[in-house]
Amino acid sequence: MKPTDERERWLDRKENVDKVYWSVWVMCGLLLVAELFLQEKYTYFDFENWFGFHGFYGLVACVALVLAAKGLRVLLIRPEDYYERD
Amino acid sequence: MSVIEFSPAWTLILGAALIPVLRGRLRSAWTVFLPLFGMLQMWYLPTGEWAQLSFLGEELITMRVDRWSTLFAWVFLIAALMSVIYGLHNRHWLTPVAGLTYAGSALGAVFAGDLLTLFVFWELTAITSVFLIWASDSNTSYRAGMRYLFVQLASGMLLLFGALQHLSETGSLRFDHLGLETPGGLLIFLAFGIKCAFPLLHNWLQDSYPEATETGTVFLSAFTTKLAVYCLARGYAGEEILILIGATMTAFPIFYAVIENDLRRVLAYSLNNQLGFMVVGVGIGTELALNGTAAHAFTHIIYKGLLFMSMGAVLYRVGTVKGSDLGGLYKSMPWTTVFCIIGAASISAFPLFSGFISKSMILSAAAYEGHLITWLVLLFASAGVFHHSGIKIPYFAFFAHDSGKRCEEAPKNMLIAMGIAAVLCVGVGAFPGLLYAHLPFPVDYNPYTATHTLTQLQLLVFSALAFSVLMRYGIYPPELRSVNLDTDWAYRRLAPTVVARVTAVWGGVRAGLTRATLGGIDNGIGWLQRHHGVQGALARTWPTGSMVLWVAVLLTAFLLLYYF
Repeated sequence: MKPTDERERWLDRKENVDKVYWSVWVMCGLLLVAELFLQEKYTYFDFENWFGFHGFYGLVACVALVLAAKGLRVLLIRPEDYYERD
Repeated sequence: MSVIEFSPAWTLILGAALIPVLRGRLRSAWTVFLPLFGMLQMWYLPTGEWAQLSFLGEELITMRVDRWSTLFAWVFLIAALMSVIYGLHNRHWLTPVAGLTYAGSALGAVFAGDLLTLFVFWELTAITSVFLIWASDSNTSYRAGMRYLFVQLASGMLLLFGALQHLSETGSLRFDHLGLETPGGLLIFLAFGIKCAFPLLHNWLQDSYPEATETGTVFLSAFTTKLAVYCLARGYAGEEILILIGATMTAFPIFYAVIENDLRRVLAYSLNNQLGFMVVGVGIGTELALNGTAAHAFTHIIYKGLLFMSMGAVLYRVGTVKGSDLGGLYKSMPWTTVFCIIGAASISAFPLFSGFISKSMILSAAAYEGHLITWLVLLFASAGVFHHSGIKIPYFAFFAHDSGKRCEEAPKNMLIAMGIAAVLCVGVGAFPGLLYAHLPFPVDYNPYTATHTLTQLQLLVFSALAFSVLMRYGIYPPELRSVNLDTDWAYRRLAPTVVARVTAVWGGVRAGLTRATLGGIDNGIGWLQRHHGVQGALARTWPTGSMVLWVAVLLTAFLLLYYF
């Protein structure tokens, strides 16, 4: 059990978790801005030159991954003792 | 042969035999000494081929030392060292003995210059490593170990048949490029494919690794699968089918990793995904791609070991690694948390961490050769691996909602082992030249271009954004106490059910057949009894009068027929 006299940590406060959340947005923004300052983009394929291609590809890939996995779980999920039952 | 030319494989295997008779600190010192002495041997080991034996008229080469085998031998020894230090808290002799003989067998296989020697060590890795699973000492681990052993030995049998077939086709047992053109080559490919966890042949890995002890899984994660990658690189470099197989391997396990609750099983799925990158590299087969495979195997063994070590520490202290039961452990295990994050950053290929400098070689090689779809799949898998290994593992174990669980920090020996791995992850990531100098081919590659660093950071941070948003709005699938069906369902559920049904149906059919046959025999005997028995019609004594009567009837009938 969680001890009651434990000191509070920075991440225990909801507003600090919010700060972490918004800082991810800020970092994404900064990385897009940084691309503007990239003098020359050395790429293998033409579409890599689209502004922020890697970022948006990662974003879409992860959302698609999670949604697909969520759908897959409906089909695949079984109780924890599924293989242990006789 | 001098002591130095003696294979480090035998140092570990024979040295491990002494462990059970040693006690206390002496045993601990001996287990750490063995891989260190192996490293010393490696340092002085000359390149070339020696220790040739003649067996049934065939020339066997038990020591082939070149750039490939040297690199893999070094990383295997590093993994063995980390693993034995990690397991020092455990006073029982079984895990270090099994672990070191397993590591030694893997080294022996790496040095094997012919297919028969490879087969012997290939089987030894299977037989020794299963004890790391059985060391968990539960019914579940016993059954998982049996399944594991069955699959591994099947791979060995295929290798042996393939080797003999290869011998009859080519007249040689030498282990060089084999190719897929001959039946022997195909059988050996399948044997390697099982150990490398190719799609549909993969599930022994996720089934068994999470059932081993906390130290056992660290050992297991290093050797078997990377030995298979090494063998594929030696025997099948440039086989295009491997690009397809590898790309599939990078993509499909990550869907499972997202919904899996057992965090060591999540790592087993991501191990499978990382193997996919190496297999793609072998399939592309250019110098850059093969260097990428070798480099990625090296970095992967260390960061994957680190991740398994951090989860093993959680298992050791808390008693579970189920995501649904964990959370908030950063308060109790701050060092383990930091080490886990370093492993997570490395597997995710963050710049300055080891995965970045190795994985990018494979992606670049795919792009140089114009494999657009493969490149896109690898990029997807790179984002995905950050998602499930980079964020999910540390998040659900150490952060997320506070589970209220409080425990001690991991034992010192575990922290030291994790520390060594973490230093190597950062060291190799920050100074890639240290590793590049030892790759199989000369390296002309710089991972730290401005474009590459920026685009990789974009990919990863936007992936983190996806996780954060999905989590904040409750879309991310929660960790649930559950199992997910995978191909092991076929032999854990389907096959036993089919066998039970067939047995039941056959039992019914047999009973019916028995009844029908016995009934028929009974009826036949009854019929004979009726007609020929003591009281049967044919056995009766008939009065002469009735016979005369019947003769008269017959004569009358004959007379009537004659007239008409």
